[in-house]
Amino acid sequence: MTRLCDMARVLRSKNSGPFEVTLDILLPDEASYLRVLHSGLLTKENVAALYHVPESWICTLATMDAAYGIKITMLRSISSGTVGDRDVYGAQQIAPLMNLMIP
Amino acid sequence: MVTTILSPCGILGYGFPEASLQKAMAQKPDAIIVDAGSTDAGPHKLGAGVAIVSRQAAGIDLKRLMTAAREAGIPLIIGSAGGSGARKHTLWTMDIIEDIAHEMNWQARVAVIYADIPIDAVRRARDEGRIEKMSPNVPDLTDEALAQTHGIVAQMGVEPILRALKEKPDIIVCGRAYDPAPFAAFGILRGHDPALCQHLGKILECGALCAEPGTTKDVMLGRLDDTGFEVWPADDSRRCTLTSVAAHTFYEKDHPTMLHGPGVRLDLSQCRFTQVSEGRIRVTGSRMLDTPYTIKLEGARLAAYRTFVLAGIRDPLLIACMDEVEREVVRSVDAYYGGLPAEVQINFYHYGKDAVMGSLEPTPVAGHEIGLMFEVIASTQEMANAVCASVRSTYLHYGYPGRKSTAGNLAFPFAPSDVPFGPVYAFSVYHLMHVDDPLAFFPMEIKEVGV
Repeated sequence: MTRLCDMARVLRSKNSGPFEVTLDILLPDEASYLRVLHSGLLTKENVAALYHVPESWICTLATMDAAYGIKITMLRSISSGTVGDRDVYGAQQIAPLMNLMIP
Repeated sequence: MVTTILSPCGILGYGFPEASLQKAMAQKPDAIIVDAGSTDAGPHKLGAGVAIVSRQAAGIDLKRLMTAAREAGIPLIIGSAGGSGARKHTLWTMDIIEDIAHEMNWQARVAVIYADIPIDAVRRARDEGRIEKMSPNVPDLTDEALAQTHGIVAQMGVEPILRALKEKPDIIVCGRAYDPAPFAAFGILRGHDPALCQHLGKILECGALCAEPGTTKDVMLGRLDDTGFEVWPADDSRRCTLTSVAAHTFYEKDHPTMLHGPGVRLDLSQCRFTQVSEGRIRVTGSRMLDTPYTIKLEGARLAAYRTFVLAGIRDPLLIACMDEVEREVVRSVDAYYGGLPAEVQINFYHYGKDAVMGSLEPTPVAGHEIGLMFEVIASTQEMANAVCASVRSTYLHYGYPGRKSTAGNLAFPFAPSDVPFGPVYAFSVYHLMHVDDPLAFFPMEIKEVGV
């Protein structure tokens, strides 16, 4: 078992427009990319549970083989930069994924 | 036919090394193109009509780019002037360009493209069913929301920029534009495949972010030919790699291989990335799919006024019960005002516990010290100031059960402690509008500036 944080080359969050936050997981090579994909842990259901949001808020879960990358995009409960928002750029929302243990 | 484009940085005014610019200019680019726009910093820039970067920073970058473009006899194109690209931001950019042209003793021909959309046109499109939300959590486009919105801009596609390029100006200043559009328009003008032009634009609009190490503050080059394009950083200390270029489309986009823009649905799932030399990557296989022509509307409204306080808490007895203390403070302030108006909000943020993620925080555990920020949100600044002062004094002196540190509960780093923030904005418009004519809402003017 390895923490996702220790496997990934890039593990980040960022706004994709002011109403969504997108999570990027970029792995260093094909082997680690396939290992994460085949773990079956990165499902909409699991990500929704980790972020305490309804599954319907996860609008995209997609991969790009050429980049060894996985992308998850979810709705924001409050849009960027208005009353109640805590992270205008959405750049500090990756922590719940970091400790995911990959077999 | 090859076309080389120089992108100096990710946002005009972020700066770039002079050595990189000189190295890149030595490779004889056909145009210098720079994006100035972003909604990253929230709705305030658009709502308040202010720029992302300072006038000084925009001026420094513009002077260097105008000098380089003039010496080489190539066009300079600026996308999303002033950040938000509304008329006010566009005129702000024009004003800086005019000053620099005078200073350079240069009579420059500038094409300006505005991107402001009349509220009436948006209302009509809504009534005709030509408006859709960008995501389900975007607010409804009600008459009330439209009336409160401080002007609407739309991201232009390549068509208005192509029209400007045909006038052969020295400089093009675009109002709000789809970030890749200024790059793509130049490639299309020169006869290259629009799909490749759009993909190259998507990469170049961020400066050297697709290189390793990546940064928005350095110069990138892109070269289109008949079957693909190549990208490489100007500075030798960076290089493009297969994965850095492939992964670039991940950045701040909702999908890694499907990009949407005005009249654009770009499919990158069949792309091939090959290394042509150290640090230089060739891309082929970008494809354009059919899509209805839509423009993305952006608008902001004034939501409220805010006053806030920063303070530290180091008393473990208080840290252990601060949620309860805060409930009592709010109750006491509410009673003092005989019941606060419903729109008044008092919010507490505990840095060191869960301030960044709120209810999403997986480990909401306090350490030995708390960075406390509280804010009062109200319909006027005066009301926000008044209530915030009451919250601050009540919190400071609140006598919770078991309290031993009886002289005060909060360590203020500043005097005065209360900071009137001013207006808070919200994105009230973030919708797609279907249009028949890609040029209709983006009027162009040709201006002679400088001497």
